[in-house]
Amino acid sequence: MSLQFILDGLINGSMIGLGAIGVTLTYAILRFSNFAHGDLMAWGAYATLALVSGIAALAGAAAPIGALSFGWPMIVAALGGMALTGLLALALDWLLFARLRDRGQAIIIVMASFGASMALRSLLEFLFTSSPVYYSRAIQMAMPVGLGIRVTPDQIALLVVTLALVLGMHLFMTRSQTGREMRAYSQNPALARVVGIDVARIVRATWLIGAALACAAGIMVGILVQIRPLMGLDMLLPMFAAAILGGIGSIPGAVLAGLIIGLSEAATVQLIGAEWRAAVAFAILMAVLFIRPMGLFGVAER
Amino acid sequence: MIDLLSYGAFFLSTALIFGIITLGLNLQWGLTGLFNVGIAGFFAIGAYASAILTTPEVADRIGGFGLPIAVGWLGAMALAGLAAAITGIATLRLKADYLAITTFGVAVVVQLVMLNAEALTGGPFGVAFIPRPFAGVQDQPVLFNALNLMVVAGVTLAIYLALEHLSRSPWGRVLRALREDERAAISLGKSARSYRVQAFAAGGAVMGLAGAVQAHFIGFIAPDNYLPTLTFQVWAMLMVGGSGSNRGAVLGSIVVWAIWVGSGAATAALVPGDWQARAAALQIVAIGVMLCLILLWRPQGFFGPRRGRM
Repeated sequence: MSLQFILDGLINGSMIGLGAIGVTLTYAILRFSNFAHGDLMAWGAYATLALVSGIAALAGAAAPIGALSFGWPMIVAALGGMALTGLLALALDWLLFARLRDRGQAIIIVMASFGASMALRSLLEFLFTSSPVYYSRAIQMAMPVGLGIRVTPDQIALLVVTLALVLGMHLFMTRSQTGREMRAYSQNPALARVVGIDVARIVRATWLIGAALACAAGIMVGILVQIRPLMGLDMLLPMFAAAILGGIGSIPGAVLAGLIIGLSEAATVQLIGAEWRAAVAFAILMAVLFIRPMGLFGVAER
Repeated sequence: MIDLLSYGAFFLSTALIFGIITLGLNLQWGLTGLFNVGIAGFFAIGAYASAILTTPEVADRIGGFGLPIAVGWLGAMALAGLAAAITGIATLRLKADYLAITTFGVAVVVQLVMLNAEALTGGPFGVAFIPRPFAGVQDQPVLFNALNLMVVAGVTLAIYLALEHLSRSPWGRVLRALREDERAAISLGKSARSYRVQAFAAGGAVMGLAGAVQAHFIGFIAPDNYLPTLTFQVWAMLMVGGSGSNRGAVLGSIVVWAIWVGSGAATAALVPGDWQARAAALQIVAIGVMLCLILLWRPQGFFGPRRGRM
């Protein structure tokens, strides 16, 4: 049996984990499971694609960095894409979720996110059609790194980026004032209000962070696989499963669970067959719900 | 004229099949407050269960028992109800969101099984030669469609009356009480989880029956019939009709299906060929926006109960 699945699983798991951070934060702070989160991912990937094409049209084609498939325009576009995805999330919140939140029925917000998800995804199909697109058509050579594992330069770069994003998130949540306030609000909203935490700011920060990380995950899928309007929908179940397996509200949990699910999916592809891959997240979800619904790092619901 | 009559009967039959699913959803959501985003999955389980039970024997597929259509319907209700019951047992002691996520997963997995378990479901090509009621008069389209409409309308009426009766029964009153004030209901000694699992399973069984009715009405099923868009259409139907009202569920289904078919026909006639796929996508955007607007402005729907609950 080839060990290649470990690398594939880690890559796949990083994308799931980055997406799951947003899901778990939205659930812990805004108190609803956001079915539109996968579509933020797809919108981020397309926004970045539009920016990359725009930069190429204005500044001409740029040489790739080292052995990577992309150059500096991709990095600029990725930052711009993350900002645009954040704005999209804020706009959605202002138009839809904030108004429903004021009425205080959590499950209505879930339903609204389901409607918004359908609309956002179909809008992408309208704008870009359902055929896949790519950031680059360049073919990368995979280098052997021992034990029968081969890796491309893009994969190494994106694993490093994921690691940096996750570390940055961890430091932000534990060291920064905003991060501490977010955790305080998720643990006890009433008490957080009493001590003077600005709830509107916490809500904005949650959307911006969740959307930016969703965009990063979308760009990773775009660079390593392809960009399609349905890419977010396909990631939704693994992301939800990771958020629940990791324990709602726990960022290290979401990342670790994302890696577990990514590795299980890759192992399934190798042992059983690629066509059953999407069932892995469901099997893990059901197992967690029956055995330990609070997840790995979660706290029991009060 | 003959064509129009025949088409009218066909349209109404399709709309009423959606009506049956929406009645099932109304039992889950309108009466009990349980959120289901895997409707297409439960609908598909019913369709395939009945198809496998009733089709004649074939060489390359399990099943093909050649049983009567009524047995297929019962099997569809049993299997879809069982799937819903398991989903409910797994999630209904937890927060409402977990049920939503799990039902979403059920639809994903059912879609995978339809596509990949070829020995059971025929894979992407689906199952053909499903026996149709009154197949003997198939060469007379008006009579055939009219008779089938009567079958579908009969099932819809039976489910409607059964649900109306259930929602007025003590059982229905417990469900309403649980939705309105869970603590009060529990303190009267009612097990919230057990009642909710029952309601979710019963709703799933109704959706499964709708799947079976449609499978026998069309005579052919394939995984493409059960995409997430279907779940979404049914939600739009219930929200337009007004959750909580069985009459609204059926009316909402007819209205939304008429808008859907009408706008589809309009784009097919007006939009040039290479833009058709895009126009179809825009149709779904419109329904999504409509669903959000109803949630914002008129959460009780247009035919909903007059005493608003939200």
